[in-house]
Amino acid sequence: MRYINRDIIVETVERLCIEANYNIEDDVMEALNNSLRNEISPTGKDVLSQIIENDLIARNDSVPMCQDTGVVIVFLEIGNDVHIDYDIYEAINEGVRNGYNHGYLRKSVVRHPLDRVNTKDNTPAVIHTKLISGDKINLLIAAKGAGSENMSLVKMLTPAEGIEGVKDLVIDTVFNAKGKPCPPIIVGLGLGGTFEKSALLAKEAVMRPINDQSPDPIARKLEKDLLEEINKLGVGPLGFGGTQTALAVKVNVYPCHIASLPVAINIQCHASRHKKITI
Amino acid sequence: MKITTPLTDETIAKLKAGDKVLITGTIYTARDAAHLRLVNLINENKALPFDIKNQIIYYVGPTPAKPGQVIGSAGPTTSYRMDPYAPTLLKHGLRGMIGKGDRNQTVKDAIKKYKAVYFGAVGGAAALISKSIKKVELIAYEDLGAEAIRKLEVVDFPALVVNDIYGNDLIIDNIKKYKVDDKNE
Repeated sequence: MRYINRDIIVETVERLCIEANYNIEDDVMEALNNSLRNEISPTGKDVLSQIIENDLIARNDSVPMCQDTGVVIVFLEIGNDVHIDYDIYEAINEGVRNGYNHGYLRKSVVRHPLDRVNTKDNTPAVIHTKLISGDKINLLIAAKGAGSENMSLVKMLTPAEGIEGVKDLVIDTVFNAKGKPCPPIIVGLGLGGTFEKSALLAKEAVMRPINDQSPDPIARKLEKDLLEEINKLGVGPLGFGGTQTALAVKVNVYPCHIASLPVAINIQCHASRHKKITI
Repeated sequence: MKITTPLTDETIAKLKAGDKVLITGTIYTARDAAHLRLVNLINENKALPFDIKNQIIYYVGPTPAKPGQVIGSAGPTTSYRMDPYAPTLLKHGLRGMIGKGDRNQTVKDAIKKYKAVYFGAVGGAAALISKSIKKVELIAYEDLGAEAIRKLEVVDFPALVVNDIYGNDLIIDNIKKYKVDDKNE
């Protein structure tokens, strides 16, 4: 058994909330630079240059790259040999509160979806917990903006609709969203499981490093084919037209019922912000 | 093209979809919650907290300013959420909107009818855009936090004309230009 102190959780979450919002990850920056090289639309090139310049300003000046500093999503993995004697969800939310106050981040959470009163500290976070082996805690902290999240969906297809049905749904979703989710986007596709599992798969998919590939051969081919097709849509950076609509497509799969083909599409804007740490 | 606010008929007549503009002058911020309040006031025949005639509304909810900053990061939010309210404001004299993403047909029709313009800014370029904002004054709805209405003084605020009074649409035209059709339709 290894005891993990509450203060470490609070301080780590605070730090990662701020870092995620100020410092674009290197893999995203590299993908944006590749997009700039490949874009043929002059407006698209101009937009991508502004995005890259913006992300460098944010990093150098220690300011948020986007004003939508998001709702905090936490993937919490707890080793079965970890001992904690406090409410870890409370500790995480304290870290979020501190991060959003000390980091001058926008408070974008309302207490109720219908009465819409701001909680004024960006809590609560959305926390997904997994039990793993070992004596460590893994934390993945994501700041997810609503512009791209609002363009996401879950749909229950039938097995007969198959891979073509999946592709059509992704293409239609990305095309109809146009500039709303701040392209170039990352598309997270969750296939299989159940209604709620597919959404979680899609969310986990957008958290993957931009350059990795699915270990599953069918998913890997789908990632490549969909990226090609999406970049033929003409949507381009911020929807102003161009060839660079998506930076990557990530497909995560899970077994499912003989009668089901759950499909979840989670859209991530170009300001892909998440940080991972092991405690 | 450099333009100044408040917008005049002459300026608006010159603007065509696809034009790159640098906006200087006063603009006002408002997003979801403030729009609901503004339109409710109009429906109740009450005065608005600022005169929207010939003005531009910027759809933004900035981050808090750090010490030494005029404003925090301040990029555009997605405009379609303001589509239910925009035609009412245009009818009452608003002439410009800045946001990101496409608008619905009702808004595009109102832009033409009331001779207004929709500008697109670069979503996610919030740290860069905030450098063009020189002065900020909170003028209404402080309780809304980031969603409060602020009066901004901007110099060379970068934007693109998306929808003009002639019915042109940069988004539709440019996507058509770069779309690769390799399927038999």
